[in-house]
Amino acid sequence: MAASIATRWTAHSQRFEASAATREPAWVKGVLIAVALSFFSLFLLLPLVTVFAEALRKGWAVYLAALVEPDALFAIYLTLLVTAIAVPLNLIFGVTAAWTIAKFDFRGKQLLTTLIDLPFSVSPVIVGLMYVLIFGAQGWFGPWLMEHGVRIVFAVPGLVLATVFVTFPFVARELIPLMQAQGKEEEEAAVVLGASGWRIFWHVTLPNIKWGLIYGVVLCNARAMGEFGAVSVVSGHIRGQTNTLPLHVEILYNEYQFAAAFAVASLLALLALLTLVVKSWVEWRGR
Amino acid sequence: MHARAARRVLPGFPLALGYTLVYLSLIVLIPLGAVFLKTATLSGEQFWAMVSAPRVMASYRISFGLSLLAALINAVFGLIFAWVLVRYRFPGKRIVDALVDLPFALPTAVAGIALTAIYSGNGWLGQWLEPLGLKVAFTPLGILVALTFIGLPFVVRTVQPVLEDLDTELEEAAASLGADRWQTFWRVVLPVLTPALLTGFALAFARAVGEYGSVIFIAGNVPMVSEITPLLIITKLEQYDYAGATAIAVVMLVASFALLFLINGLQAWTSRRHGSI
Repeated sequence: MAASIATRWTAHSQRFEASAATREPAWVKGVLIAVALSFFSLFLLLPLVTVFAEALRKGWAVYLAALVEPDALFAIYLTLLVTAIAVPLNLIFGVTAAWTIAKFDFRGKQLLTTLIDLPFSVSPVIVGLMYVLIFGAQGWFGPWLMEHGVRIVFAVPGLVLATVFVTFPFVARELIPLMQAQGKEEEEAAVVLGASGWRIFWHVTLPNIKWGLIYGVVLCNARAMGEFGAVSVVSGHIRGQTNTLPLHVEILYNEYQFAAAFAVASLLALLALLTLVVKSWVEWRGR
Repeated sequence: MHARAARRVLPGFPLALGYTLVYLSLIVLIPLGAVFLKTATLSGEQFWAMVSAPRVMASYRISFGLSLLAALINAVFGLIFAWVLVRYRFPGKRIVDALVDLPFALPTAVAGIALTAIYSGNGWLGQWLEPLGLKVAFTPLGILVALTFIGLPFVVRTVQPVLEDLDTELEEAAASLGADRWQTFWRVVLPVLTPALLTGFALAFARAVGEYGSVIFIAGNVPMVSEITPLLIITKLEQYDYAGATAIAVVMLVASFALLFLINGLQAWTSRRHGSI
């Protein structure tokens, strides 16, 4: 996925523009920049601008009304709730998995690393299908769950499970290469000096991986709040019960309430912009 | 085993490995296994009939064909994009660079309705394109637009770091030997970028094949014409045809895992060529 914290902010261009051997004629440069910026405007900028333009098409009153309406407020609450469960779970897993893989040698390490990436290559729709097969009314545990009055599919636990699955690798895949590159000498020195495991983690490892950790959590959080396909399958689209923000956008859109749909979508777009700002900031800090 | 354990100076290995494996199994491996187990209840013939029905075959053609096309578009424009971001200075470059990741950060449903609004008959671009006979929204072309949108960052972000690490000496040597700029790019720079470019291409393709949210709004979802495979899985589920949904899901999973395998190989190739990236 995205390049991890790299040296992206350094001025590479100057290095290449210095010599005629690594420079293109001015017209080639102009054409390439024009092509890139046209593609950028068409595919990235225009959709972003459209969200806000459509959201405000009928004015601020309609915009605000769409956001404070009870179903919308519930969708905000539910999205925050699901994210507040899924992100910490994957944060703990990510740190533990990275600690295991980066600090120890054991057989099957490469396989484990690949398996952690697996959720990224599963279609969100299939993620939803898995949980329906296991916990749905006709699924393996369906009848037992029904007897005991527990709902997982078409209820909040299903939304949480689906979200945990799709955001599973984010923190781990950010931390594993970072911790591998840092090696384990500092931690081993701390052991020799008599520090306990927890102290080593809090005082030696954590400060070193801080920026990678924030980076992973920010990406994990954005995906958790914005996931659509997987939660769509397990949600059942029950208003005021299992409707997260992206699902609420879909319902409004399908009911031809376009201004309201885009108003709610603009919240998610703001979240995306915030994510990109924090991400750029972390890249800049961590260089 | 004793010698190995003795070399582990740091604490917490059994607990950390145990937790990692249990969590991985509970969240990822067992649920995925459930999909394969469910299809095991079908006979070979039943399975084949389900995954090769005409409507299903049409959906593979649409999903895989358009994903391939979108990944190709992204490979070309992603390379230009990465080149421009690394090599040139222009106003607003930092903002452009940061916004490249927008498709990762923007929820797919939001992207889906925004693209539909742009390309539908009364949309900003649709109102100009439709009189020209170019219908984008609610046609396969719309699917292509959505898949191109979500795949762009993959190519840019895999090619960009390799391009940044490229030594200027390589190109200077080529120039001093009399190569013109185009020859240098074609014969010297592009071969170095190839593994990264292929990785980005494969990542974009893999993402596009499974994509759902950004596509369904703009696709029109007409069976045999503009119905993607993930949507067909949902349709089957809504008709309580669990076996049919699962059989198609298995086909997609096998394709995705083959792609993942390929991508891992490509990434190993990239890092062998350029050190750790």
